[in-house]
Amino acid sequence: MKMLPDQKGHFDAFGGRYAAETLMPALLELEEAYAMAQKDKSFEKEFDRYRRDYAGRPTPLYFACRMTQALGGARIYLKREDLNHTGSHKINNTLGQALLARRMGKKKVIAETGAGQHGVATATVAALFGMECKIFMGEEDIRRQAPNVFRMKILGAEVVPVQSGTATLKDAMNEAMRYWVGSVRDTFYIIGTTAGPHPYPMMVRNFQSVIGREVKKQTARAEGRNPDVLVACVGGGSNAMGLFYPFRNEKKVKMIGVEAAGRGMNTLEHSASINGGKIGVLHGNKTYLLQDENGQVRDAYSIAAGLDYPGVGPEHAYFAQSGRATYVTVTDEEAIGAFLYLSRQEGIIPALESSHAIAHAMKIAPKMKKRRILVICLSGRGDKDARTIMETL
Amino acid sequence: MGRIGKKFEELRAKKEKALIVYATAGDPSIAATRELALSLEKSGADILEIGVPFSDPTADGPVIQAASQRAIKAGTTLRGVLDLVADIRRASRIPIVLFGYFNPIFAYGAQKFSKAAKDAGVDGILVVDLPPEEAGELRVFTNAAGIDFISLVAPTTGDDRLKAILKAASGFLYCISITGVTGTAAPKTEDIAREISKIRKLTKLPVAVGFGITSAGQARAIARIADGVVIGSSVVKLIGENQNGGDGIRAAAAHVKEIKAALL
Repeated sequence: MKMLPDQKGHFDAFGGRYAAETLMPALLELEEAYAMAQKDKSFEKEFDRYRRDYAGRPTPLYFACRMTQALGGARIYLKREDLNHTGSHKINNTLGQALLARRMGKKKVIAETGAGQHGVATATVAALFGMECKIFMGEEDIRRQAPNVFRMKILGAEVVPVQSGTATLKDAMNEAMRYWVGSVRDTFYIIGTTAGPHPYPMMVRNFQSVIGREVKKQTARAEGRNPDVLVACVGGGSNAMGLFYPFRNEKKVKMIGVEAAGRGMNTLEHSASINGGKIGVLHGNKTYLLQDENGQVRDAYSIAAGLDYPGVGPEHAYFAQSGRATYVTVTDEEAIGAFLYLSRQEGIIPALESSHAIAHAMKIAPKMKKRRILVICLSGRGDKDARTIMETL
Repeated sequence: MGRIGKKFEELRAKKEKALIVYATAGDPSIAATRELALSLEKSGADILEIGVPFSDPTADGPVIQAASQRAIKAGTTLRGVLDLVADIRRASRIPIVLFGYFNPIFAYGAQKFSKAAKDAGVDGILVVDLPPEEAGELRVFTNAAGIDFISLVAPTTGDDRLKAILKAASGFLYCISITGVTGTAAPKTEDIAREISKIRKLTKLPVAVGFGITSAGQARAIARIADGVVIGSSVVKLIGENQNGGDGIRAAAAHVKEIKAALL
């Protein structure tokens, strides 16, 4: 595959930099600072040290023995991003961006959050580097994800409730962007997923690619070869892109992104932008969007707050259009089933987001030959979802 | 030269400054916006900026966000806004700029939109989330249709960018007065004066200033240094406050008259 994005941040027909003029100089400055950091060996070295000693990387690739036996097909491995410090893959990215913010001399950081995982990961690095931190979070998500709200506050961050729209991730991102327009001179915006204007989708992808790089090494060690199938959940798509990207040129490795079908693809209550959306422009990039025929963005829905987003990272849009990856959907009900299944089968409580990936793996693993290798990205732990599950059951 | 350019020339000859007034289309209804537009013209507006409501207006403050939500709830669409412009055109020759975000235009189709906008009598278009880097996909069609593509300059815009922006600008240059979203802070006149003198050295295009101007006093100060003043949130706020029984149109007209008087 060609090297993407191009110089202006386009992944073929997707991506770009559809941002207000006030932000454009900051985006160009960020792009330049990131390019410099990429060339600087000391940046990578320091980043590595924090990943290892602070976040706890490499995370294990765990052979899910009981699950494999019970499903009776492919050999199932779980990439244990839930074992990262803060409990999800989000720290991979926030560490990178905070190190970059420090290099750029920015002492204030802001972020949007849905499930609260990115908010916690941002509040964590802000504390680590002594930065002032504001997290924008929809009121509905604040209610659904109360434990994470407390964690952010404990870490010293200010949680700003967002009331507009459906008071979820999209609205939190709108509000974070508005705040950034007014504070852009001294504030670094730590975007949590592979979306937003260039260079964010590329930069977040690169920071998250540590997931796929480790999986490549770990499957080589465990099985002497690459996995056959990779499965990950996709909201904005950062854990999926982190797993997929290092395998993009390995033609035999099949990649499956799992979108949230919510209450069903035949309803309007889902978050499956690729499977149920059209191309459009939101939050600085061109991608698949849930929208009405007049170009108004529709509200997304999923039981998993971290998937509750009407867009998707532009590189996923490109992977979908070019056929490099396939994108399927899993309903709330199926995700809850997978949540309980993994908890009881392996003693691992997965995040509701990651449960979407597990649900799809449960569908395909039995149909795969026994020597096939299936890797699921277990992007986060499910403690935060206990309340949602208790309310549902 | 289009209606926008001619209006600035006409005002310049009279040594007057342009008052550009923004209103969100369809807030609270298309019929009300038609009446508002004609009333604003009578009250002294030289150019109308008609906001196309969008679900996610990330460059707008709370006032215009709320107006956009009201307008969308009332069923306002881009097609409806174009029909509104055509309707206003039957009664008025005031220059009209559409102000909005790219997605509704992209969903409509950039080429189809540009032609329909021209037919409706739109003179200029300002798309907040289309910086010069991404503007090509729309501008190629608005240029062909003879619609001015109004460009934004922000307080954060550096010299190199300014030159690139000016290369593609037409109609007038829209100078954002504050580092922030619409209607959320008061502009600092000294900073704007510095910015405008920089711009003047590079272009003969008229320069209008907007985003934070709400009072006659601010408008007067800005008009001393710019060719035009944009007011938006303060007008939209009066419409919003008078949704239940009050006369928002009369209140907005009185506000515009006061600002216009300060510019004379």
